[in-house]
This record gives sequence, structure tokens and C-alpha cells, in this order.
Amino acid sequence: MKIHEYQAKKILQDYGIPIPRGQIARTDEEAMRVARQLAGGRFVLKAQIHAGGRGKAGGIKVIDRIEDVGRAAWDMLGKVLVTAQTAEEGKPVRTLLVEEVLDIAKEIYLGVVIDRQKACPVILASAEGGVEIERLARERPDRVITETIDPAVGLRSFQANRIFYGLGLDRSLAQPVMATIIGLYRLFIEKDCSLAEINPLVVTDQGNIVALDAKVTVDDNALFRHPEIAGLRDISQEDPLEVEAAKHNLNYIKLKGNVGCMVNGAGLAMATMDLIKLVGAEPANFLDVGGGATSQMVKEGFRILLYDKDVKMIFINIFGGILRCDTLAQGVVEAARELVIDLPIVVRLEGTNVEEGRRIFSESGLAFTVASGLADAALKVGEIAKRQVL
Amino acid sequence: MSILVNSDTKVVVQGITGKEGAFHTGQMAAYGTRVVAGVSPGKAGQPFDGIPVFNTVRDAVQATGANASAVFVPPRFAADAVMEAMEAGIRTVVCLTEGIPTLDMIAVRQYMKGMNARLIGPNTPGVISPGYCKIGVMAGYIHRQGRVGITSRSGTLTYEVVDQLTKKGIGQSTCVGIGGDPVIGLNFVDVLEMFEHDEGTDAVVIIGEIGGTAEEDAAGYFRKHMTKPVIAFIAGISAPPGRRMGHAGAIISGGKGTAEEKMHALGEAGILVVPDPAGIGDAVSNMLSGRQKH
Repeated sequence: MKIHEYQAKKILQDYGIPIPRGQIARTDEEAMRVARQLAGGRFVLKAQIHAGGRGKAGGIKVIDRIEDVGRAAWDMLGKVLVTAQTAEEGKPVRTLLVEEVLDIAKEIYLGVVIDRQKACPVILASAEGGVEIERLARERPDRVITETIDPAVGLRSFQANRIFYGLGLDRSLAQPVMATIIGLYRLFIEKDCSLAEINPLVVTDQGNIVALDAKVTVDDNALFRHPEIAGLRDISQEDPLEVEAAKHNLNYIKLKGNVGCMVNGAGLAMATMDLIKLVGAEPANFLDVGGGATSQMVKEGFRILLYDKDVKMIFINIFGGILRCDTLAQGVVEAARELVIDLPIVVRLEGTNVEEGRRIFSESGLAFTVASGLADAALKVGEIAKRQVL
Repeated sequence: MSILVNSDTKVVVQGITGKEGAFHTGQMAAYGTRVVAGVSPGKAGQPFDGIPVFNTVRDAVQATGANASAVFVPPRFAADAVMEAMEAGIRTVVCLTEGIPTLDMIAVRQYMKGMNARLIGPNTPGVISPGYCKIGVMAGYIHRQGRVGITSRSGTLTYEVVDQLTKKGIGQSTCVGIGGDPVIGLNFVDVLEMFEHDEGTDAVVIIGEIGGTAEEDAAGYFRKHMTKPVIAFIAGISAPPGRRMGHAGAIISGGKGTAEEKMHALGEAGILVVPDPAGIGDAVSNMLSGRQKH
């Protein structure tokens, strides 16, 4: 689960990591009030959205005079921000983080991730903060310090030490930087993170260490033991159809095409999208109704597909295996009748009693094109797509 | 022959009285799997469909000699169940549960270091050696006994591939779902190594997907150590970056873990990469008949 920068910073603070002075604002008036409280000369307004690349997209503005804060906040709030990391629709800006501007002497990267193959956390650090770490790792791997942590004994002092000296910082910074490394690792473990990142961690002209920007992503599967984090969810940052789908335990991701697809199982769903692309059409979505799809799940899936106005045809691909195709076919036909679906539907069903299932489709009187096998389905989707969609 | 499970495999089902556990215990037994015990704390002494039920795995192993486990325990208790099985001396643990926290799985991987146990999954359809033993949730009847090994990160996509092979008369030695989570037990490399040394396997199909580097590692292993032919399909060429495609492990992050990269690595190593998910059966069939001519 993604959380906002201001929420991530609050957690960092709980773990003893210094953050800039600041407050959130949801209106221009609030922004002005925060600025007055902060006093000082310059302010930075940061759009709180669930995506990176804000700076280049106008989502981070430095304001030199306090009297300009309200106007700038007014301009940013309520807008939709499109960055290199968002979809075309962008993300709505409902909250700003108003902070003091710091005099920066140096920027550092610090992050904790999981090494999937080794099955352990890894701390990444670099003296070249503020840049994209993945790009740095690709282009200048010698500039990235990697410390693999043995989860049984946790982060050891010698490792924090090694990271600190690897960064080439002034010795006077040893204590605060190592405390930051240890705090970030503790947070990562205690909050079940999949990513905890400070980028950049800055050294100010005054020699202080401050987390200027932060990103914390929490393992969805572990949210049950972190109600305090689950409560930070901001559905304004999610696609409304995806939110609706999640309510029904459907795994749905909106894409750009117009061939709606409904599949059971994530791997087959991805392969089905790939197949739609191979026949020259574009998938409108990823929709996994679960490995053991039931008639009820299929019906909910239909509803979600129909809410997407871009969908011009539907491809149902269910490999039931143990599931009885006749029961499932009955459910699909009922759902299609009830929801008055007038789009062409290609259906491919596999599992116990498949012949009976196919008969139910052909005799339903509805516009089902029944395919036998994936290759045949691909052919039929391609034909209809050429006629109706492209 | 086969890998991981065979007719000597004696299975204990952890979570046998739960909805999934109960249903699939019946399915596994009907397939011919020797389900010798069930575990459900507090329910010892109440046989389930004639299968003795125990409070702990240790009790089940002592009484029945079970040597494999099927874990159908809810996510928050599943990692614990896996460790319990390993502690009790179970060699092959198949964890079907989806939704286990990643850090719990990291603890499991720590726990099993130095142990003679192997973990399949979690978030896997399981493992089947057609005709001998099935530990998992896959439909038995789509499989056919034979000499092609399959290993996959996915469930229904594996059924699809098995179905394509079976319909062409190509049987399978063993099908191993390694699981769709970021941190798992056996990886592609481990399974490839087993297939390479299995006399009952002539060729292997790998079904990979976006995220992580398991496919790249498999390519490296193939290049260095494998003599048997391998065919691969990678799902997710149309997947957008930064989004988790159903499986917890299926995500392109920071431009890494794309289908293109994986296909490239596998192809470079000399593995035949099939771009069309509907054409995997044909590709395997062509390869096998081509080899027979030589």
C-alpha cells in the first residue's frame, strides 16, 4: 500500500529521523496559516499524490515571499497532476505539504528494499542523492553501497558504520547518519514495508541531517497487523473502478485499450492481455476473478467491465479445471441477461462438463461467440476486434 | 520417474478441517494421493473422511510416517505452519496459502537454513506427478503421465499449458508451481536442476512472468549446467510498469523485471521463447518431434 509523503515523514519522525518543519494544508488559507507559523523566509509547497516525478510536473513549488503562499496553494490544490510516473489521467491534488526551505550542502540516498532471491532486506545508499536509484544502479553501480542484512540478527553496527564511511561524509556526521540508517531499518521491519526510502537525505549548511523527501510502501498482505497504516489509505489516489473492484475481491487494473477481459488467475489474465495485443487489439484492463472463479465473481466482474465506457467487446477466459463449466456457464448467461449486455462477447471456458457449458452458451440466444481452446479464442477475438473495435 | 513427489509420498494436510483444506483433501485422495493424516489443533481424534486428524504435525508424523505436507492454513498462521512441518521432519512442504506477509516468508527462509527441507510456494497451485501423486489444487484430469517437466509462477496459466500439451498427447513428468509471491521456497533454478537429473524428464517448460529475476537466474543455470531442452513463456509483455498484476511478485519496479528483459535473457542462453500463449503446446510438440528425427 502506498502512503503520502507527509504520512511517511510522520513515521520517520516516530523513529527519530529528523524531518523539515512543516504541516499539511487542504486549502489556501490553511497553507497561509502554516506558512505564518513556520515564519522564516522561504517555503516549499509539495503536492501530496501517490506518484513520483512531481518536481518536473509542477507539483513542488518554492515560494520566496510569504504573501505568495496562498496564491500558489490555490493554484495547486484541486488540480490534477500528470507526471512521468502517473497514467494520462494524472492524480488529484487534495493536500499540500507546506515546509520550510533548507540550505542544502549535500544530498544522500538511503533506502531499504527486499532482495527476493536471497530472501532478506537490503540497505542501499549513495552519496549521489536526489537521483533515481534504479538509474544510478544501472549506470554507475560503483556509486551505490549495498548492505545485505541477515534478518535473524538484524542490522549490525559494523554495517551502519560501513555505509556511513562508504558515503564519504564528514566524521562529525557519524552519529546522526548512523542513527538515521538504524531508524529506517527498524521502521522497515516493524511496519512490514516493501520499500522505505529517504531521497534525498540532506546535510544542511548548518551540518544537520534532515529527510527532505520520503517514500514508504507497506506490504498489503501485512496490513492486518498495522491498522494504523491501513487507516492512511487515500482512495482519491486510486482509480474509482479499481476501488469498486477491490470491494468485491476482484483484482482489476484499468488499461488503455477497448477489449475488456475477464480471466481467472493472475498469470492467465496477463497471458490473455498479451494474446489480445498479439492479435492486433488492445486490452482495456487486467481482471482476475480468482483461480477458483464462481458464477457470483463472474457477475461482479461483468459489472466492472461494463462501467468502463471504453470497452467495446468482452473476452471471457476461464480455465476452471475442477469447477463445473455448466454451472459457470449458467451464471455467465444469467449475469449477461440481467445486466443487458449488448457488446460482442467471446467466451472460452475449460473445465469439468465443458461440452454442457458450451451448449448452454449457444442455446442462450445471447451474442456469445464460443471458442474452443485459447488459439481459437484468439482468432475469434481478433476477427471481432477488426470489425467492431479497430 | 518424476521429481519432488511420487507414489511413496505420504501427505499430511495442515488445515484439513478448513473449507479449502477439506475440499482439496477429497480431491487429492480421489486422484490417488496417499493422504495419511490431517492436522487441526484441538480436533485430534475426530477422523476426517476416514483420515486420522492430529493436534500437531509432530504427532501426525509419528503416527503415520507422513513425509510431505500440504498447507491450507490462513495467511496469518501459514508461515508458522510451514515451520512446524519442517521442525517435525517433513521433507517436502507445499504451501498453497495466498497472502502471507513477505517478512513472514523471510523468517521461514531463515528458519529452514541448514535443514533438509524444501518448500514449494507459497501462493502456488502445488505440485503433481501425473499418475502418482498430486499435492495441490489443480484439476488432476487435465494431466497425463509423460516426460515433459513444467515449472511455473502461476496457477491457471499452468493448467492452460498442461491442457495444450495433454491434448497433443504430450504427457508430463512433474508440474511444479513455484508460487506467485516475491519470496518463495524453491525457485526456477532449483526445479531445473531436479529436472536435469531426473531420468523421467526429457524437456522442460518454464512459465515465467514479470517481476524479480527468477527467469534471468534460470537462463544462467541453463547456459552453464543444462543438457535438456527448455521452452519458455513469459506473461506480462502488455503489463504497465509499477502495477502489481494480481500476484504479489508480479510487478515491474524501476524499469526492472520486464517481460522483454526476461525473454531476452532466456533467448540469449539458448532457450526457445514462445511469444504466443496459445502456441506453447505446438512449440513443445515441434521441438520433441524435431529431436526424434536427429
